[in-house]
Amino acid sequence: MNELHQFIQSHGLALLGPQWWPMAWTLLWTLIKIILLITPVMICVSYYTLAERKIIGAMQVRIGPNRAGFFGVLQPFADAIKLFCKETIIPQGSKKAVFFLAPSLTLVPALLMWAVVPFSPELILADVNVGILYVLSISSLGVYGVLMSGWSSNSRYAFLGSMRSAGQMISYEVAMGFTIIPVVMLSGSLSLKDIVASQQGVWNVIPLLPMFVIYFISVVAETNRSPFDLPEAEAELVAGYFTDYSAMSFGLFFLGEYANMILVSFLGSLMFLGGWLPPLGFLGFIPGIIWLSLKAGFLMFVFLWIRATFPRYRYDQLMRLGWKVFLPISLSWIFLTGLGLHLFGKV
Amino acid sequence: MAEQTEFQTYTVNFGPQHPAAHGVLRLLLDLDGEVVVRADPHIGFLHRGTEKLLEHKSYLQGLPYFDRLDYMSMISEEHSWVLAVERMLGITPPERAQYIRVIFSELTRILNHLLFLAAHGLDVGAMTMFIYAFREREEIIDMYEAVSGARIHAAYFRPGGVAKDFPEGLAERIQGFVDSFPSKIDEYETLLTGNRIWKQRLVDIGVVSAAEALDMGFTGPMLRGSGVAWDLRKAEPYDAYDRLEFDIPVGKNGDSYDRYLVRVHELRQSTRIIQQCLQQMQPGPVRYEDYKISTPYRKEMKQGMESLIHHFKLFSEGFTVPAGEVYAATESPKGELGVYLISQGGNKPYRVKIRAAGFNHLQAVKRMALGHMLADVTTLVGSIDIVFGEIDR
Repeated sequence: MNELHQFIQSHGLALLGPQWWPMAWTLLWTLIKIILLITPVMICVSYYTLAERKIIGAMQVRIGPNRAGFFGVLQPFADAIKLFCKETIIPQGSKKAVFFLAPSLTLVPALLMWAVVPFSPELILADVNVGILYVLSISSLGVYGVLMSGWSSNSRYAFLGSMRSAGQMISYEVAMGFTIIPVVMLSGSLSLKDIVASQQGVWNVIPLLPMFVIYFISVVAETNRSPFDLPEAEAELVAGYFTDYSAMSFGLFFLGEYANMILVSFLGSLMFLGGWLPPLGFLGFIPGIIWLSLKAGFLMFVFLWIRATFPRYRYDQLMRLGWKVFLPISLSWIFLTGLGLHLFGKV
Repeated sequence: MAEQTEFQTYTVNFGPQHPAAHGVLRLLLDLDGEVVVRADPHIGFLHRGTEKLLEHKSYLQGLPYFDRLDYMSMISEEHSWVLAVERMLGITPPERAQYIRVIFSELTRILNHLLFLAAHGLDVGAMTMFIYAFREREEIIDMYEAVSGARIHAAYFRPGGVAKDFPEGLAERIQGFVDSFPSKIDEYETLLTGNRIWKQRLVDIGVVSAAEALDMGFTGPMLRGSGVAWDLRKAEPYDAYDRLEFDIPVGKNGDSYDRYLVRVHELRQSTRIIQQCLQQMQPGPVRYEDYKISTPYRKEMKQGMESLIHHFKLFSEGFTVPAGEVYAATESPKGELGVYLISQGGNKPYRVKIRAAGFNHLQAVKRMALGHMLADVTTLVGSIDIVFGEIDR
C-alpha cells in the first residue's frame, strides 16, 4: 500500500510538477473517496428495493421476486437494465430542459447529504462542524426537483402531485428541524460526530423519546413514503409528480427516494440511537460501523413495516398532523429540554 | 368598485385509464384546488349489448352472459336469471338444488365483498389488505372450479336447479372454509376497522341519508349502510332463504365507514348462512325432474332413446317458455339485481331488462363527491363497489 502511494506520488510529481501536483492529488483523492462512498450507497439503495419487495412480500403472505438469481439477488440489476433499455418518453408540451433536470435534482441532494454522515469516528468524508445545518439545507433542496418535475410534465396529475409534495415537504421539514434542536441542545454541537460522542452515557432516544417518534414520522413524510405518500398516491394521482416519467429518468426519482430513506435512517440512528456506540459496553468489540448499520437497518425496516400496514392519509389531515400536533409538541419539548438543562446545571 | 375575485377551477379526467377507476369509470372532476366542485360520471366503456344479445339466445344460452355482467360476483347474477326463467315456467327446483344455490350465492357474496375490501383498501392505500383478501378469494374460486370447471365464469345454475351435484369432498371443503373464515375476517378487521387512518379516511365521507338513499334507488349494502334494513333475502325470500336464520347488518350514519362495516358483517352472516345450509342439506336430486326443461342425466342418455332426444332438443332448440312477463330480483352482493323478462312464447325471450344495482349507486357519486377532496373520490368509488360489467351491460 505504502509503495503504491509512493509510486503515485513520485510519478505525479514528475508529471505535473510541484506547483500543480498537490492540488491535483487533493482533487483525485477526494474523488476516490467520493466514489468509495457513493458506490456502497448505491448498492444499498438497489438492495433496499429488493429488501422492500421481499419484506413486504413476506408480510403479505407472498414470495416476492425470486426469479432473477438465487433468492432474487439479481433483481436490482434486472430492474436497472430494464430501466436503462426502455425508451424515455417526453410528453408533448413539456419543458424539456426542466423535465430532464428535475430527476437529477432529486437524486443529487440525496447523495450530497452523505458527505457529512460519519460511519465511525474516523470514517467520514467531510468532517464539517455544522453537519446538521448542512443536512437540513441540502435536504430542503429536494423539493425543487419535485416541483420542477410536476410543473414541466404538463400534466394535471403531476402538477397536483408536485403541489402536494411541496406543501408536505416544507411542512415536515419544519417539524423535523424542530426535533433536531433538542438533540443539538443536549450535545452542544452541530457536528454529527460530536452528537454521537455526547451519547456515550445515555442515548438521546431516552430523554428525547417523543422527539425521536416525531422525527421518524416526519422523515417518513419528508421522503414521501407511505402512509404519507400523497404526492404519488397511485389511487388518486396515478403516480403523482412522476406520472409522465419513464425509463431512467423515472429510475432517478426512485433512486433519490430510496437514498433519502437510507440517509434519514442513518441520521436518525446517529442523532437518537447512539450512532456507532454499542448498546452495552462489553459489546464494544464489534466494530462501530456494524452497530450503526444495524440501527439504521432497523429504522429502514420500520419504513417498510409501516408501508405494509397503514392506509394513506389525506392531504388536509397530513397538514393538520404536521402543524397542529407535531409542531406544538416539538416546540414545547425544546422548552422542556432547555428547562432540564438549566435545572441540572449543564448550561 | 367592488373588488373582484376570480375562482378558477380546473378539470381532471379521472379515468377511464386510471388505477382507481375500478375498470372503466370516467369521472370528469372540476377541482378547486383539491376540492371537488363538480363530479360527472360517464359510463358506456364496457357496453356489450347483453340485453340485446339475450333476445337472440335460448334461455339456456343466455345464462353465461350473466356471469359476465358483474364479473366479480358471477353466480349471484345467474341466480336472478334462473329465478326469472323458473317463475315463467312455474317450477321450483328440488330442495337440495335450492341449498346448493344458496351456498354458492353466499360464497359469491364473500367473494365479492372480499374484492370490495381488497380494492377499497388499495384505493385508500392499505396495500396488504389486497393480498390478504385474494388469499381467501383463491379458495372460493377453487370451489367454483370444483363444481363447474370454470374458475370465474361458472355458468353453474340452471333453470330448475344446478348443473351438477357437489363433487366428492366439496361439502367438507366448504365446511372447512366457513369454519376458518371468521378468524380471517378478524384478521382483516385488525388491519382496518380500528385503524385511525382508515377511520379518518372513511368516517363522514360520502354521507347519504336514508331518505336520499331511497330516492336514488340504492339497494344492498349501500342502502343498509344508510340505515334501512332492506334485504330481498328477508323481504321476498327465494330458494332456501326462508328456512335460514341470519341478521341484516344496518349502518347508522350512511358514510363510507358504515358501508364498509355493513359489508364486513355481511361476510360473517354469509358464513353463518352457509353453515346452516350445510347442516340442513339432504341428499337428493339437484335438477328439476322434467327433461323437457332440465338436462337428462348422462348415464340415461347412453341407454334411453327419449333422454337422447331430450338432450338434443334442449341443446339445439332449447325449451319453450309460455308467454308472459316476470320480474325476478335477488339480493346480489352489490344490491338488487333484477331481471325483467318478457316472453311471447317460443325458445327465446322477447325482451330482457337487467336492473343493475351499481347503475343507481354510480349516479350518487355526483352528489356524494361534492365538497370532498380529490382523495375522497377514490374512497367513494371504492365504497360504492362498482363493477362496470353490470353498469354498462
